[in-house]
Formats: sequence, C-alpha cells, structure tokens
Amino acid sequence: MNRRTFRRAAVPAALALSLGLAACSGENETTTTGGEGTSTSDLSGSIAGAGASTQTAAQQTWAAGFNAENPDVTVNYDPVGSGAGREQFLNGGVPFAGSDAYLDEEELAASEERCAGGNAIDLPVYVSPISVAYNLPGVENLQLSPTTLANIFNGTITTWNDPAITADNPGATLPDTRINPVHRSDDSGTTENFTDYLHATAPEAWTAEPDGEWPLQTGEAAQGTSGVVQAIGAGEGSIGYADESQVAASDLQAAALKVGENWVAPSAEAAATALDSSSRVEGRPEGDIAIEIDRTTTADGAYPLFIVSYAIACTAYEDATQGELVKSYLTYVTSEEGQQAAAERAGSAPISDQLREDITTSLDMIGA
Amino acid sequence: MSTPTQQPTRDPGPGGRGTLATGTTRKGDAVFKGTSTGAGVLILLVLAGVAAFLIGQSIPALTASPEDLPEGQTVTAYVWPLLFGTVLAAIIALLVATPIAVGIGLFISHFAPRRAAQTLGYLVDLLAAVPSIVYGIWGAVVLSAWLVPIYQWLERNAGFLPFFDGPALPSGRTMLTAGLVLAVMILPIITALSRDVFLQTPRLHEEAALALGATRWEMIRYAVIPYGRSGVVSAAMLGLGRALGETMAVALVLSGARIITFDLIGAANPLTIAANIALAFPESSGLTTNTLIASGLALFIITFLVNFAARWIVSRSGAKA
Repeated sequence: MNRRTFRRAAVPAALALSLGLAACSGENETTTTGGEGTSTSDLSGSIAGAGASTQTAAQQTWAAGFNAENPDVTVNYDPVGSGAGREQFLNGGVPFAGSDAYLDEEELAASEERCAGGNAIDLPVYVSPISVAYNLPGVENLQLSPTTLANIFNGTITTWNDPAITADNPGATLPDTRINPVHRSDDSGTTENFTDYLHATAPEAWTAEPDGEWPLQTGEAAQGTSGVVQAIGAGEGSIGYADESQVAASDLQAAALKVGENWVAPSAEAAATALDSSSRVEGRPEGDIAIEIDRTTTADGAYPLFIVSYAIACTAYEDATQGELVKSYLTYVTSEEGQQAAAERAGSAPISDQLREDITTSLDMIGA
Repeated sequence: MSTPTQQPTRDPGPGGRGTLATGTTRKGDAVFKGTSTGAGVLILLVLAGVAAFLIGQSIPALTASPEDLPEGQTVTAYVWPLLFGTVLAAIIALLVATPIAVGIGLFISHFAPRRAAQTLGYLVDLLAAVPSIVYGIWGAVVLSAWLVPIYQWLERNAGFLPFFDGPALPSGRTMLTAGLVLAVMILPIITALSRDVFLQTPRLHEEAALALGATRWEMIRYAVIPYGRSGVVSAAMLGLGRALGETMAVALVLSGARIITFDLIGAANPLTIAANIALAFPESSGLTTNTLIASGLALFIITFLVNFAARWIVSRSGAKA
C-alpha cells in the first residue's frame, strides 16, 4: 500500500496536518516520502462495517490493529447480525459486511447494482472451532460420535450411562446422571453450524435442517456464548456447544468428536485442517471464496465442527477511496499479523497460507 | 411578568361583573396553557406514532402467507405461546409480589417506628433504581443456583402437580425463577403506592375503630385495607404492566422455548414476548423482523388492556367508597 504514497502526494492541507501529528507515534516502518508527510500511511478516512456478531471481538481487534498502522483511518464494526449486515451492505449503507453465511444467488445478483459494475465477493476471514462442552465431574476425555451427539440433543438419550455413550467411551465409568442439553436461545451462527454438523454427520438422528435458531422446543436455552457456558457450569449433567476459546477459558471439559475412525478434540489447528480439506462452492463469481464445509471429512486430525464467517466486499466502489480503504483493511485482516491478533483476542483459528494467497488475489481485484 | 404599566387593563370594565381580573397574567397563562397542552398532545402523538409504527411494520407479516414466515406458522400461532409465557411470568410475579408489598406498605405506614419506616422506604425505593440487566445476571447466576435444591424437592414431593412436573432443570433457570426475579423488580412500585394509599386513611376512621375496642390488626382490617383496596389494585396493575414488558432480565434468566406448558421447573419454559424479541431481533431480517414487531404489537395491546382494566377497577371502587 505504500507504493501509492507517491500517487496521492497531493493531500489536502488538513490531512497533511493530521498526518504530521500522527507521525509522532512513528512506531511503524517508515518509507521516506520526503516533505512533511513522513507518516507510514497515506490512507485516511473512516469505513464502517456491519454484520455477524460472531466476528465482533475479532473485528474490534482488527480495527485497533489497523488503526495503529494507519492512524488516520478509523474502522467501525456494528454487530447487527449477519442478515441485517448483508442487507445494509447491499443497500449501500456500509462498504463491507460480516456474515456467517455467504451471499446467495439472489443477493449476488443484487450486488451488481450496488457494486458500481463489479460484484460482491465473499472472503472467509474468521474461522473458529466450536466445542461440545459438558459438566460431569469425574469424567474426563469424553468421546462422542456424531449420532450419539445428535441423539443427546434431540432428547433420545437421557442419561449419561446410556449404552450409546458407554460404547463411545470404552473403559470409562459413567454416572446415571440425567443429561441436560443446553442450546443458544438467541439466533446465532454457532447454532447454525452446530445443527449443520449434526444434520450432515447424523442425518438419521438429526432430521431438522440447519438453522440459526434452535429448531427444537426442548432442552435448556441460554443467551449468548457466555450464557451457555454459564448454564452448563451451573447444572451438573449438562452438555452444550460454544466457541472453543470460551470453553477453554472456563473450567468446562470439551468432548472429542469421532472423525472417521479417530477421536479429535477441538483446537484451532484441527479446525484449520478441516477447513483446508473442504472444497469451494462452485459457480461463484471470480474472486468469490465461498466454502462448502465438509462436515464428514475423514482427514487426519481434522475437526469439522467449526464456524466460517465471511467479510463481504465489492470488487468496485463508486467512491474509489472507499474501495482503497476496504482493500487495505481486509488485507490487514487476512495478514498473518491480523489473523494472529484475532486468534489471541477472539480465539479464532488463523487461516492457512494457501487461503491467504487466494484471498489476496481476490482483494487485488478491488478497484482494479 | 406583570408590570405597573399594565395596571389599567385590570379594570373589569362595564359589565365585567364577577369576572376574574386576568389582565396581568394573560401572557403567563397563555404560555403555561400552551406548554401543558403541548405536553399533553405530545404524549398522544408519541403513543400514536408507536402504534402506527407497530401496526405498519406488522402488516407485511400479518398478510403474508404462513409458508414465508418463520417456522411456516401464522403470526397468531407464533405469538400465542409467547403471549402465554408473558402472562404466566407476570402472574407469578404478581402473586408473589403483591402480598409482600402490601405487608411492607402496612409495616411502614402503621407498625414501624418513624425512623425505621423512613429507612425501609428508602431501601425499597432503591430496589427500583437497580438496572434490570443486573437483576437478570443476579437471577441467572445466583438466585437460580439457590433455587435448584428447592426445585428438586418440589419435583420429588409435589411432582403430581402439573406445575412441578419436572424434570427439574439443574441450572435452575426456570419459569418460577423468572417469575420470582420479576416479583423483586415490581416490588418497589407496588410497595411505594400501597404505602402512600395506606397513609391516606382518614385518621378519624382509624381512631373510631380503635375507640370501638378494635385491636390494631382489626383496625387495619376494617379501616385501612378497605380504604386502600382500590389503590392497591391499581398499584398491582402498574406492577403487572412492568412485569409484562420486562425484557433483559427474562432473556437472561429464562431457559425458554415457544411452547405452552404449566411446568414451572422444567428445562423448556414458555418464553415471553419481550424476551423473544430481544433474543431474535439482532439476527432477524425481512419478514422475521415483521413477525417480531407483530408480537410487539400484541404486547402493546395487552399492556393497554391491563392499564384500562386498572383504571376501570379504580374508578368503580372509587365511586362506591
């Protein structure tokens, strides 16, 4: 992005002044541009994004990190929800959106008008494993096959010493405690991915279609990830699903899931492995990276229960400056540094180098 | 505002028989009348605006075919269980809070030494100043955990009643817990109003009762309570209005689903309208949003009816007294 410094040398006086002030922080690598504007960045302005609440913590981290590198740019992210974020983006309300689902055909068609002759692209920027957490004192390293898990959540299996669970955990002594399955009471991407996993891996036990809202009217409901973690912790015999990072931070145990013939515990690396073994959705516009998550993968060490959340941007913007800002922000978001920062703060799984390369190629299309 | 130069206008003039001398204050009167009328009209406009918004936004959901709506249900089928939950939670809260509030009110007005009464009054008012989200967190984390052993006992010993059918939820975040949290939240308003009503009992009534040989309890029973009954009813209705609309506390405390059940201690409890909106709105779009607003319209109407009922009860018993 520094290459553009020369092109946009003619900055307004006010901007030059603010750059001069900002240059005092000067902790970034500096390129000598000569004159008074010795700042590292020639970008200025503000961009706003809106969308999935899944990304809230990560977006805040990225916005802060990006602002440290580009002191004159502020990024705001409004976690209004995936659907509302896509809607705002397509209406031209925000230059980029965050979404747990990629744009569907209809939305892609609508994006052509919004994107000044270009089209919208989905970029997977946030990957986060989901843990199946349980509260059963004395039982460690619980293992669950997808069918057992689905039967626990649909209410078929009601006690912890059920033969199906015993079969998954040879040698373990399980109590006859009643199972209390806990789900999210609010509409969430975590629920959508969890039900998608159950539907794909145990279609006979889990017949409901994937949905952000819990499809059954049974079991305990709790608000937000923290609410679920709290409810599981409060009730002995409870089991639920929540973001891996928040489960790891609590004193709950996470179950290992059966993948192929192996048992895999949730981790950022295992989710990244599963992501890499997933394929891209076909028939998408150029530059769009929509991922068809392969929940039934049998790849070694892959953990297929995870969230992919997208950043949605245009390949062309009416206001070229805005496009420039979105491009450099998303470049930072997908950079190794940005992904690492989100991993530390939000507990996401950093994307692989291969995926980063692909996203960079897509990002180069913006404003090109 | 009035100045000496305006003095002459104060003269009533010929034929100004018995009219009030309003000349010097005419300007002030006009301003005051204008502002107070404006305030009155403003509140009507706000109310009309809210109603228009709710109705306007509900129409797409009300007219859409059920297949396009969330879960493929009609709006009525969607809202009905929520309405049930809303009313159930509010009724539990009212049943618990009203007797306690009347007790506190009587204690403050007729039993406590003045000092203690004042302090207690302040403390109860303080309950009203606690933000509802704090009640929600307290209910979800602390109160529900306390209640679990009680729920388990109820399930074992009173499980034959539909209310305690169970199985008792191990985290305790049930309908009964939500009702109790709501009871604590509406306690201050009912207490404050009851206390004020009891304090207004004519001194002569009380003294007459005592002079006839009544004990203090009999005096309260025959003089204070009949006098304050309509006030207590309207206080309870105001509390009910608050309990119906409470959102965050219920959303945090209640483990809810859109079902109809009288089981108060189980895992799946009927969710309330306001809590459901809070939970579902952030990720909603399109017709789902309209459906949620339609449920808000239902709540608006219910709250209206409750307030009308309260007014009616008060005016009726007021006329009798």
